[in-house]
Amino acid sequence: MKKLFVILAAVLALPAQAALNVLATVPEWAALAQEIAGDKIKVSSATTALQDPHHIDARPSLIARARNADLLLATGAELEVGWLPVVQRESGNPRIQSGQPGYFEAAGAVRMLEVPARLDRADGDVHAAGNPHIQTDPRNMLAVGEALAARLAQVDPANAAAYRTAYAAFADRWRAQIKRWEAQAAPLKGVAVVSQHKAWAYLYDWLGMREVAALEPKPGVEPSLAHLALVRDQAATSRPRMVIRAAYNSARPAEWFAREAKVSAVVLPFTVGAPEAADLTALFETTVQRLLKGL
Amino acid sequence: MNHVSLFALAAAGALSAFPAVAADADLQSLRDEIAQMRKSYEQRIESLEKRLVQAESTSTQAKAAADKAATQTARAGEAKANAFNPEIGLVLQGQAKRMKDVPERAVSGYWPAGHEHGDKRGLSLEHSELMLSANIDPNFRGVSRFGVTGDGEVEVEEASVSTLGLGNGFTVRAGRFASDIGYQNAQHPHEWDFADATLMQKVLFGNEGYRQDGVQLKWLAPTPFLLQFGAEVGRGAGFPGTDRNKNGSGAGAIFVKTGGDVGASNAWQAGLSLLHTKASDRAAHFEDTGGVEAESFFSGKSRTAIADFVWKWAPNGNASDRSLKLQGEVFRRTENGTWRCDDADAANATTCTGGAALGDLSTRQSGGYASAVFQFMPKWRAGYRHDWLAKGTKSFDSATVFGLLDAGNHYFADFKPRKDSVMLDWSNSEFSRLRLQYSRDRAMMGVTDNQVTLQYIMSLGAHGAHKF
Repeated sequence: MKKLFVILAAVLALPAQAALNVLATVPEWAALAQEIAGDKIKVSSATTALQDPHHIDARPSLIARARNADLLLATGAELEVGWLPVVQRESGNPRIQSGQPGYFEAAGAVRMLEVPARLDRADGDVHAAGNPHIQTDPRNMLAVGEALAARLAQVDPANAAAYRTAYAAFADRWRAQIKRWEAQAAPLKGVAVVSQHKAWAYLYDWLGMREVAALEPKPGVEPSLAHLALVRDQAATSRPRMVIRAAYNSARPAEWFAREAKVSAVVLPFTVGAPEAADLTALFETTVQRLLKGL
Repeated sequence: MNHVSLFALAAAGALSAFPAVAADADLQSLRDEIAQMRKSYEQRIESLEKRLVQAESTSTQAKAAADKAATQTARAGEAKANAFNPEIGLVLQGQAKRMKDVPERAVSGYWPAGHEHGDKRGLSLEHSELMLSANIDPNFRGVSRFGVTGDGEVEVEEASVSTLGLGNGFTVRAGRFASDIGYQNAQHPHEWDFADATLMQKVLFGNEGYRQDGVQLKWLAPTPFLLQFGAEVGRGAGFPGTDRNKNGSGAGAIFVKTGGDVGASNAWQAGLSLLHTKASDRAAHFEDTGGVEAESFFSGKSRTAIADFVWKWAPNGNASDRSLKLQGEVFRRTENGTWRCDDADAANATTCTGGAALGDLSTRQSGGYASAVFQFMPKWRAGYRHDWLAKGTKSFDSATVFGLLDAGNHYFADFKPRKDSVMLDWSNSEFSRLRLQYSRDRAMMGVTDNQVTLQYIMSLGAHGAHKF
């Protein structure tokens, strides 16, 4: 028993980490925080690009990581509602509870799209605050990045100036890249597409593409054969050019539709860490290139 | 102003191009003047450019501000609808079950743990679960769950408050809550992977699991993997203890849980728990030597140790397509005390009439279960569970006991209870599930019961996130 207390005391007395400990729910916010804060923070993501951010288990490792976090970066808009509240509560960490400075929601910084006019689960997995997949529009990185830099400055005032400067540098670089991507993506304007999951509202809004149908009959409900056939029949009139899915989505529905409707199937990285999307720049680089290839 | 200077500049330019008729000094002064003018123009142009840039950025800022305002308006609307409303959820459960009609159904060799719910034959409404929860203030959260049975009984399954802001990994919970001993005990029936409780849970705590009316302290170590220590003190009224009308605590539990990831595809958790409680006149039905129903009462200490293990696999950690869950728990229970018997019904005399001491009773029993649930395609899962209980050891004065009670009572059976279950379930979304289960139940000596259950579990309203 005595030994146990000695070990406990030793563990409790572990020196605090010098770098700010940041836990992001999804890889895009981890990458954005890294761009802004560099080596001032130690950041990790709770999920990878190959996981569906709606369906994550409150794994023991996540609770352990949340316990030590100084700042929790979430998307918000109920994206993580199925697992993050448990992680927050189980962590015993008051810093990252909702409403504390250590809890940051990216969705709070951007203009939300597809805010539902009515809330009914008969409509599937609807999010009251709007479509939560805001990271598919690079312009949102500026808005979120600015809010994030301000939050980092608040949580870690010693490095406040460094965060602001780093954000300004990032923003300059990022604006130039957006201009370049927009020029490259000009041929995509007005192009009709079919999505597997309604995950691309912000991407379409950015590039002026038109979503004519989704393979999921309702958001979050797996595509059924009957619904797939219906979308295929509609395709005769709506004439989509491609069907788009995220790297984490099952390949079967999109491939079936591509074959049946004779359109190209495009797999987009959706977030950082997917194949050919090692960082934020590569994420949009690959997204634009693959969309152009799908034409 | 500008055009005057422009004219001057043009004039100066004309002069400077004029053949060198003027004196050198004049020329020099003219040149200086021109240089000055040029400088002042460059400055002005520069300042104009700056203003232009500023104007541009103000307009983007204005747009951003407008966006932000729009976002905030949307947020405000949302807050209006929800801010002070607790999360309300309801779980609806019902089933059709085909099984044998066994009077006084029991698990052979084990002290019966209270009445059994959900074991009705035919169509029945299982209990519906109403949940209300909310943050009370920045430091506290409250949770309540009420189980409403088909017969109209309302049971307070959980009514607890817990801290949010203690820090350093500490959490305190007080009230009534499902004890965190073992793995399945803290899960509510709608979270189970099978339609019924495990044999282990049935004999340890009864169908409903072990609940504490008390206080729980948990501490999470600052380690890169999960390492959690917990302690609970409670009233101890639930089986295997009894309500003893005393000051202080009637039951104590401690547990440690650890867990982590193996690569991106695997996650696991393991735990060890101990529960220590006491019983005073814990009652159970027995038959006396003449086959008349009598009642036995146990008084003494009860200690339960549980080891649990869960392993989850999903390709790349993405469980939407395929996943596998392996789960198992084993227990050992030791009880030491004395027992006695008496009439169950004053009108029916038994060998125990007037009350008879049965002497000391010491038991040591063990068992467990192991299950595997495989999601083979979206929405569909199949699972298998094996339940086993050892007959364990019981020591008592058999001359006294069998002089009063029938040796044929199920409690004395020399038997190892077993149960095998296979299930198939389909979930249209995370809020609805239909399940078909077949069980071969050999928990009672001499009875092999082939059970078929068709069940629905639906939840509406706010549905709290589940633990691992």
